[in-house]
Amino acid sequence: MKHEVKDVGGSVVIAFEGDVDLQTSPKAREALLATVGQGKPVVVDLAKVGYIDSSGVASLVEALQTAKKGGQTLALAAVSEGALRVLKLARLDAVFAIHGSVDDAV
Amino acid sequence: MTETAQTSPRSVIEVRDLVTHYGDRMILKGISMDVHADEVMVIMGGSGSGKSTLLRHLMALEHHTSGTMRILGEDIDKLSGVELVELRQKLGVAFQGGALFSSMTVGENVMLPLFEHTGLDRKTMEIMARMKLEVVSLGGFENLMPSELSGGMIKRAAFARAIVMDPKILFCDEPSAGLDPVVASALDDLILLLRDALGMTVVVVTHELESAFKIADRITILDRGEILFIGTPDELRADPSERIQNLLNRVAEDDTMDADAYLNRLTGEQPAYRPL
Repeated sequence: MKHEVKDVGGSVVIAFEGDVDLQTSPKAREALLATVGQGKPVVVDLAKVGYIDSSGVASLVEALQTAKKGGQTLALAAVSEGALRVLKLARLDAVFAIHGSVDDAV
Repeated sequence: MTETAQTSPRSVIEVRDLVTHYGDRMILKGISMDVHADEVMVIMGGSGSGKSTLLRHLMALEHHTSGTMRILGEDIDKLSGVELVELRQKLGVAFQGGALFSSMTVGENVMLPLFEHTGLDRKTMEIMARMKLEVVSLGGFENLMPSELSGGMIKRAAFARAIVMDPKILFCDEPSAGLDPVVASALDDLILLLRDALGMTVVVVTHELESAFKIADRITILDRGEILFIGTPDELRADPSERIQNLLNRVAEDDTMDADAYLNRLTGEQPAYRPL
């Protein structure tokens, strides 16, 4: 799994690529929390994520809570069908702002 | 019904000519079957049919006498101890009685596999456990002790623990046993939800015909260590075999008595089964 962070407008976009699973989610969590730590609105681009497991979703949940505590927003963009099913199962589609693309989210 | 010996790309479990013993007693007598990806496979059979033994072998928990078993593409006879542990981490198990540790909270019970097998941050583990408790409709119950839960809630907590690592295959041993029909039906719905939403393959051992017909994509019926039937619920209903129709209509089958063997058993002249 790789990730890339870039500024788009006034937001910071963190884009992941590859699978987010038990092996890679600790790195994803670290990157997400560091991105939230920048203090700007955050968009998580999941367009190139093939598979995200519960540990990856848990990292997104923690990052969202941390962002909210800091008065920031954290939105998801380009969520795959499989990832959306995982989110919906835990009713997290009602918790996250989910957008079709990064352009829609920023 | 004959299963082909060829490797099917859709099979997550492939069993060929499986023979198992307890001591000198043969339990499974040359079983061949496949479990396909994303299906609910129900295993049925009377007491002593070998279904619990088969389940333990499908979970790679027992050694077999002969035959081959491939689980998620791995020939389990060729795996090292470490590889076997890695394989088992991809399998989830919901035991008949729930098997929660009474000295731990519900949340700690659900997190246990994560503590055992991952180095995840505790915060991540807690969120994962709470998410899975939400899935089984036990959101907010993580700080209760198992003794504070009803029978149906314990079963659901056991499901949450079984799926906390996102297993590829979920095994359920008698999930509805001892539950009232409404709670049992809700557990059936949960099994279907896990298959549909998470793409899990589910293997269920059950006595409950109604449950089997509700959840099964295919049903395997074992009888005295041999496969009597593998097929869809519709194929099962239409099967003309008397033994199958007796099973469906709950007709007890008389054991044919071998009078000499019975007499020898009573008088001790026929050796009893020897333990391992």
